[in-house]
Amino acid sequence: MTERIIRLRKQSTQTRPFISDERALLVTRFYQNNEAENVSIPVKRALTFKYILENKYICINDGELIVGERGPAPQAAPTYPEICVHSQEDLEILHSREKVPFTSEPKTRKVYADIIAPYWKGKAIRDKMFNELPEAWKNAYHAGVFTEFKEQRAPGHTVLDDKIYRKGMNDFITEIQMQQKKLDFKNDSDSINKNEQLKAMSIAAEALIMFANRHAIELDKLANAEKVDIRKAELAEMAGICRYVPANAPRTFHEALQYYWFVHIGVITEVNPWDSFNPGRLDQHFLSFYQKEIADGSLTYEKAKELLQAFWIKFNNHPAPPKIGVTAKESNTYTDFTLINLGGVKADGSNAVNELTYLILDVIEEMRLLQPGTMVQVSKKNPDQYLRRFLKIIKTGYGQPSVFNTDAIIQEMLRVGKSIEDARNGGASGCVETGAFGKEAYILTGYFNIPKVLEITLNNGFDPGTKKTIGLQTGDPASFKTFEELMAAFDNQLNHFIEIKIKGNNIIDRIYAHEMPVPFLSVLIDDCILKGKDYHDGGARYNTSYIQGVGLGSISDELTALKYHVFDKKTINMTGLLEALANDFVDYEEFRKELLENTPKYGNDDDYADDIMRMVFGMFFQAIDGKPTARGGVHRVNLLPTTCHVYFGSVIGAMPDGRKAEKPLSEGISPVQGVDRKGPTSVLKSASKIDHIRTGGTLLNQKFTPAFLSNDEGIEDLKNLIRGYFRLDGHHIQFNVVSADTLRKAKRNPENYRDLIVRVAGYSDYFVDLTEELQDEIIARTEHQQG
Amino acid sequence: MSVNGVIFNIQRFSVNDGPGIRTTVFMKGCHLGCGWCHNPEGRLFPPFGLNNEVIGRTVETEELFTEIEKDRVFYEESGGGVTFSGGEPLAQPEFLKRILKKCSESGIPAAIDTSGYAHKTLFKQILPFTGLFLYDIKLADPVQHLKYTGVSNTEILENLDFLLNKDANVIIRIPMIPEITATGDNIGSIIKLLGKYPVKPEINLLPFHKIAENKYKKFGIINIMAGIKKLPETEMQEYRNLFESNGFKTKIGG
Repeated sequence: MTERIIRLRKQSTQTRPFISDERALLVTRFYQNNEAENVSIPVKRALTFKYILENKYICINDGELIVGERGPAPQAAPTYPEICVHSQEDLEILHSREKVPFTSEPKTRKVYADIIAPYWKGKAIRDKMFNELPEAWKNAYHAGVFTEFKEQRAPGHTVLDDKIYRKGMNDFITEIQMQQKKLDFKNDSDSINKNEQLKAMSIAAEALIMFANRHAIELDKLANAEKVDIRKAELAEMAGICRYVPANAPRTFHEALQYYWFVHIGVITEVNPWDSFNPGRLDQHFLSFYQKEIADGSLTYEKAKELLQAFWIKFNNHPAPPKIGVTAKESNTYTDFTLINLGGVKADGSNAVNELTYLILDVIEEMRLLQPGTMVQVSKKNPDQYLRRFLKIIKTGYGQPSVFNTDAIIQEMLRVGKSIEDARNGGASGCVETGAFGKEAYILTGYFNIPKVLEITLNNGFDPGTKKTIGLQTGDPASFKTFEELMAAFDNQLNHFIEIKIKGNNIIDRIYAHEMPVPFLSVLIDDCILKGKDYHDGGARYNTSYIQGVGLGSISDELTALKYHVFDKKTINMTGLLEALANDFVDYEEFRKELLENTPKYGNDDDYADDIMRMVFGMFFQAIDGKPTARGGVHRVNLLPTTCHVYFGSVIGAMPDGRKAEKPLSEGISPVQGVDRKGPTSVLKSASKIDHIRTGGTLLNQKFTPAFLSNDEGIEDLKNLIRGYFRLDGHHIQFNVVSADTLRKAKRNPENYRDLIVRVAGYSDYFVDLTEELQDEIIARTEHQQG
Repeated sequence: MSVNGVIFNIQRFSVNDGPGIRTTVFMKGCHLGCGWCHNPEGRLFPPFGLNNEVIGRTVETEELFTEIEKDRVFYEESGGGVTFSGGEPLAQPEFLKRILKKCSESGIPAAIDTSGYAHKTLFKQILPFTGLFLYDIKLADPVQHLKYTGVSNTEILENLDFLLNKDANVIIRIPMIPEITATGDNIGSIIKLLGKYPVKPEINLLPFHKIAENKYKKFGIINIMAGIKKLPETEMQEYRNLFESNGFKTKIGG
């Protein structure tokens, strides 16, 4: 790392995120003036965007190579009052909460109290949503059956392809004008709407050029005042770059990076989309610039690396917008889920790993930043050398990059009718979600609490948490003669809540489509210009709405326990079991032990439990897959939790797998914490029994100790695990190399860490099975390796 | 007809008992009584109960094969397979032959982790179905061998001679027990003993550690190694260098 990168990195990591009122004030001021009153909604949104970019403070940090901040300074978090208004209480919670706080000055809070909140109260999307959503939806939401991604943040969730490296904003404006000329006002009744959409897109594209020019002016000023010759020249060069891009297609590596960054700032300023924005396949998009300049000598490996590191810091400067309430619980992190994709295959299906892939991996290894998130796509066509390289980063315990199966992702996209080129040029974003980059709106609509549905089924439609009947009366479970009867009741209940969720999704889709178009994002995603349609209104080539299932491991074990003990072995009767659950197993410890220890569990490659997992997955899939959305797209499933498995667990009482009330659910598609006792290959085998190809992404976590990965053999073992799992169509795997702290916890509470494998001088074993002495030795060694 | 065997553990994702990712099947019963044994609960032949826990169970060939086959995809990706360990796998000859044949027919490479203490006929019979022998050489001197393991090494060395002359794939494993096997004299004799073969087998030096201490406590077996410390890293390296300088490919650990 160069001296300035060290300095900028320090500024980025040591500044605490804080609330900035800049954007909220500008939006409020613009909405209050006349200009906003007399135009169509899309144009109004474009003019709002322009107004912010015209008036916001231009922040250029000392020594920077890539410029542009969403707020007035690094770690400033703006708010989006047109979507979600923050009350004084919200600001106080954000300021003082222990995890993921956002500080706010008293004068900032006063601005919210006096100006922002009074104007937006009742007008914000969130207020409109809660006004329109039916009572059944609200009941399920408050019970924790599902969450709603769009209550505080806009739907966004998309990734860019390579188009901006081929076209400047001026080229997009030309395209937009051509589409406007083609409009047939005489025969197409919708052409007036299309014209407004296109007009708005054009205004937004122009606004970004203007925003870059403001940076150029500022950079010129700084260059004039600069004493050091090298920096003076650098600032002047940067001013030149900002005058050239984004107006025109980039010519150099530096221009390409700066262009993307302006676009990124544009997207996350227009609204607060989930998963911010994402450049996608970085090692593909920048390769031609890199190769050309390396060849003609205008760029070196070191200079390219410094530019990429400067680029990395820009992502880290931008925490996710502040989240409150349920939204904070489901995704409690500063990470805004930009997920850089590396490797995979090219449009022609050939191996895409190249020299830039390795350079970017060097950058990831050195930067060790929370953001941007990074992932590696692995195709059977990628060389083993590439896997060994990224595993060396993973083994340092940084949790990045996560590992994805390109060949499965392509099949997932082909299954739902995307073209082979779009599939190969795509990848995964956010946590694990599959998408066709630059061409798809693939929107997460909320997490779905699958075990909660069983709890409600076991209570015949009544929710013990909110003390309300919110589900169908599917019958008294004690009256069920067979497991099939129980499953039929569960299936009915599941479909009931999915229907409520989908209805809600469609209401919310309409609100965003009508009230909150995103003309700037629409410029970037095919085929919004071509269709003259907004991104939020089905303008993209592909339109997908995901419902993210949570607690697959938990629900599988719960139903397995019921089948095994109540219906097959008849060791426990339903009435007794329900009583034990109602009492949270207090005075039923023996009972609980039986459920925990003498019951088949998902994650052990045991078909008794895994078949039930398959059955539940099938029901979830059937209930959702292909159901139409109000944007003209379809619903699909995926299986990921972020931090929602903790929240969802907190709203469920004791369950038949032996889980006590309020404890977290299993996360992703991982087994329930600690029940997998047969090693990683068994977990991978169980997980591969999910039909991953029918999902839009699944998330699997595996824990290893650093000692396991301390030598080349450990790296080789992991490489082979990945190759094996991916041959079975596994979608994603993430290796958590555990810390000494975790090992200490495992020593204190062995029951929660039964699956933890450690590598001891040539032998592998379960950590909890080792003598205290040996545990201490491994803890000490782990500390040593990480220190 | 299925033949039953007695096993006491099946360990999947076993990465230290031969190449790649493996499933290790621990077969019950062993005629030796080494004080440093890592699996003392596997020495007795029949299953036995202790503190509500039964050690060992009877399995049919088919049932065991179903378990072995579960990780086939990982064996194929990693060049791994199944390893029969113990106890002593050769102490259940009929069962071993059957399961080895089944694995061989199904294309799953098999390794055998053995003390070498068995009839030569048995080695002849299993050789066509066994891809790799992890062959323990503990002590070169027959008297010492008798003293520490309960049996003489004459037969063990004859069997090794047979395998090496047949060009079988053999890795020699030496448990490095301070003051017993890890002595200059013993290691020198082993080098001499193995030096006479035209193709020198690979050597694995297995560090002694206390991983099995809990088992000794749990099963109430007298642990004569209780006071013994593991060999210092530097000394292990020296032994490794000694083997290497005599032309043996050598690594520490399995």
